[in-house]
Amino acid sequence: MADDLELRFERTVQAESRIEPRDWMPDGYRKTLIRQIAQHAHSEIIGMQPEGNWISRAPSLRRKAILLAKVQDEAGHGLYLYSATETLGADREDLTTKLIEGRQKYSSIFNYPTLTFADVGVIGWLVDGAAICNQVPLCRTSYGPYARAMIRICKEESFHQRQGYELLMTMMRGTQQQKDMVQDSVNRWWWPALMMFGPPDAESTNTEQSMAWRIKRDTNDELRQKFVNMSVPQAEALGVTFPDPELKWNEERGQYDFGSPDWDEFWQVVKGGGVCNEQRIAHRRKAHEDGAWVREAAAAHAAKHDARKEGAA
Amino acid sequence: MSTSWPLWEVFVRGKRGLNHVHVGSLHAPDAEMALRNARDVYTRRNEGVSIWVVPATEITASSPDEKDPFFAPSGDKVYRHPTFYAIPEDVPHL
Repeated sequence: MADDLELRFERTVQAESRIEPRDWMPDGYRKTLIRQIAQHAHSEIIGMQPEGNWISRAPSLRRKAILLAKVQDEAGHGLYLYSATETLGADREDLTTKLIEGRQKYSSIFNYPTLTFADVGVIGWLVDGAAICNQVPLCRTSYGPYARAMIRICKEESFHQRQGYELLMTMMRGTQQQKDMVQDSVNRWWWPALMMFGPPDAESTNTEQSMAWRIKRDTNDELRQKFVNMSVPQAEALGVTFPDPELKWNEERGQYDFGSPDWDEFWQVVKGGGVCNEQRIAHRRKAHEDGAWVREAAAAHAAKHDARKEGAA
Repeated sequence: MSTSWPLWEVFVRGKRGLNHVHVGSLHAPDAEMALRNARDVYTRRNEGVSIWVVPATEITASSPDEKDPFFAPSGDKVYRHPTFYAIPEDVPHL
């Protein structure tokens, strides 16, 4: 019987069909998915902070409205994804606890500080651009609720990337100081953006099984290469350069060659040693604790209301 | 006291003339808040003209393990499909 179920699961995945919440699935598949989707959800929620930092200081009402909408989208993306984990039996409260106790991770990119308003543009262009490269293939991931959440997210990310690029184009038409600010921001974010695809394939431990389960569709290095190929012409059109002396077109490969990110820095930030790790978690914890009375009051109100309805009946 | 809010499943009618379609779930203390939250989470870009929220615990679903027998009654009734009937090609509008 168990073999039967496993066979059916494998056939479904291999046929590019979708696994749905009540289907039988291997324990490892369920656990890996919960970890992967939760980590993605946490990234969306923590990712509100670096840009949220600039909402009150946006240079115009237009930019402020756009930034507010974008940060609200990130919250929405986090919620779609938490909702997907719950179809696998995860508990929302438990996931939040694991995040603020540091037992589950989020993308390291959000542990870098946003020093100038140009960072808002560069995050939209490069960080969301890298996220799109990672996420588009996940629209075809084998787990139905995850794939559907990714489709919604990808549609919205396109706005995020374009508003960032447009913001940078506007700054590049401005004063020399503004142009320098954009270049400085690109210099700081380029390498961390490349790290978003994860360690090189040779060191990536989960890739093989995840590819077989179709919960990962391309390897880290393939996606990184794709992102570099897409970004170079965009940088040229913008009038900025990437801080990589090894970056050049390789006629033979038909792709760009590029240098290797500082993987020691990557692991240091993953392990909690980034500039903002502590601040991000402390802020999330405070928001959660400060919101406790609202959650309690709303639950008490609903309970009182239910009791009254029952009394009247 | 446990303060975790119950889970609600959200269904959205994309536009007039279409069915409500399941889009996801959310937590809310009561139905009214569930509707408001659903509006903010699932229809930020005019994705819907009407929303249903249903307590997740109130949904009864067929289980995939029963799938074959449960859906079997329709499996052997090919005569329910229009292509079951051979009609001469020169008969129009049919």
